[in-house]
Amino acid sequence: MTDLTTPVATRAKGIAIAGLSKIFAAPSGSTVALQDIDLDVAPNEFVTVVGASGCGKSTLLRIVGGLERQSSGEVRVDGVPAVGPGVDRAMVFQHYSLYPWLTVMENIKFCRRLKAHREGITSSDVEAASGRADALLSVMGLESTADAYPNQLSGGMQQRAAIARALMPRPQILLMDEPFGALDAQTREVMHDLIRHLFAVEQTTIVFVTHDVEEAIYLASRVVVMAPRPGRVDSIYAVPLPGRRSLEMKLAPEFIGLKREILERIRETSGMKTDLEVLRKLTEKAAH
Amino acid sequence: MLMRGARTVPSIAKPRSIPPTQSPLWTLRGSITRRWYWAFAVAGLVIPLTMWWLLSASGWVNKIFMPSPADVVIRLGTWWTRDGLLQDFWISIYRVTVGWLLSAVIALPLGLLIGSYRPIQAFFEPLTDFVRYMPAVAFIPLVMLWIGIDESSKIAIIFIGTFFQLVLMAAEDIRRVPMQQIEAAQTMGAARGEILTLVVLESAKPALLDTLRVTMGWAWTYLVVAELVAANSGLGYAILKAQRFLQTDKIFAGILLIGAIGLAMDQAFRALHRRAFPWLHTK
Repeated sequence: MTDLTTPVATRAKGIAIAGLSKIFAAPSGSTVALQDIDLDVAPNEFVTVVGASGCGKSTLLRIVGGLERQSSGEVRVDGVPAVGPGVDRAMVFQHYSLYPWLTVMENIKFCRRLKAHREGITSSDVEAASGRADALLSVMGLESTADAYPNQLSGGMQQRAAIARALMPRPQILLMDEPFGALDAQTREVMHDLIRHLFAVEQTTIVFVTHDVEEAIYLASRVVVMAPRPGRVDSIYAVPLPGRRSLEMKLAPEFIGLKREILERIRETSGMKTDLEVLRKLTEKAAH
Repeated sequence: MLMRGARTVPSIAKPRSIPPTQSPLWTLRGSITRRWYWAFAVAGLVIPLTMWWLLSASGWVNKIFMPSPADVVIRLGTWWTRDGLLQDFWISIYRVTVGWLLSAVIALPLGLLIGSYRPIQAFFEPLTDFVRYMPAVAFIPLVMLWIGIDESSKIAIIFIGTFFQLVLMAAEDIRRVPMQQIEAAQTMGAARGEILTLVVLESAKPALLDTLRVTMGWAWTYLVVAELVAANSGLGYAILKAQRFLQTDKIFAGILLIGAIGLAMDQAFRALHRRAFPWLHTK
């Protein structure tokens, strides 16, 4: 199962974000979605980004993925400015990104239809690719559904297929935009361990956006907390957990301590604290 | 173990079953068996037919205004044997098919471009939106003046009637392709042309086929209009001629025949849909 990297051509790439800003201009006035973001992600690092809604975490990821343009600042991938989408940065979305007219296997192999992945390949490459698709299928537990259409799969299975499709061309960087946001809690836990496994095997850099703090800590080696209005990096926490994660770690005091600290930060920066304060006063009033 | 646990639940907590006062047939958005479905479908056809038959048999209505179903069937027979039903049938099918195909061949690529590129949308859409509201029927005198009264004028009217609608509907189908599908391809390194052919077009195909099915129905409407005004053959023309000779049964036969052709074509499109897009019909 650890043989997903038959020809080891991939080398994880690092990301350097410097002075990045994004302003959405609208007739009613412009909003600063991101203000002066500086963030470095090392090659083969797993970083998660959390924050209240509106903090710009998804926008940041989309800019790194080349799906949106920044207003100013720069994203460099291994020192080279990244403009527009590139085959080195794969992206997994929350949902609806699989192609419903293709079977699971055809979805996973979709990149083989694109010129960007066909240039200069030999017949042995084609063979290796088909071997890789099979390997991805099996590590994702999708073997029995290879010929099924996405609408025949559960949400969790669909996301597995979407991840397999993103990994197929051996991206050096994997960008994940709340990929498990629509899944139930049990399925999510399984997906977490699957992602950690893939991270160990595939040697890619992963940037993972989520609103679930526990998920953020469990997966990453560093958690970036973003704050809204204007969207900015508030703080960065190193996760004091070993490389191999297990579910019991979620109950360890240092895990819970970190979770509390991060949740507190998010509440403080998002204005949620004042909302809670108002609620508390209302409850007190009602009690009298 | 589980069973025993379940049994120890006090009887108060036992969920009360809903009394079966309501027939499952009349549940809001409920599901019914195939047999029930067909029973209702047949009833929906047979009841109006019976009422028609009763009305004409009762003698309340003059036969000139309301022929009996039997009259219509007999007329259909004589039309077939003596009055060249087949010629009328084929010439009408020919006009509809050519007019509709011509508009589809131009409208689909145009719709793809309008739905994909904003400048092209800005260029064409207001114009198309405007022309769409001009009644196609009102173009008939102009078409006759410009093209004459041969086959091409009928085809032109069908073209005018369906083309502008088809462009806008196709563009809308293209625009409905989820952005996530396009972005997924972008992050896999797909070029613009590849996204259009491998993703957008593939994704929109079922909706486009539905749009073609709907516009085919409109093409029949415009055919009859064109033949009523400017033809000397075809089903629409036969209906008009029948009116001049007070052959109400032939008018009925013609209308029913066009309805039947429309229904058959619609079903053919639906069968094609199931065939071409198995992923939409599997669960």
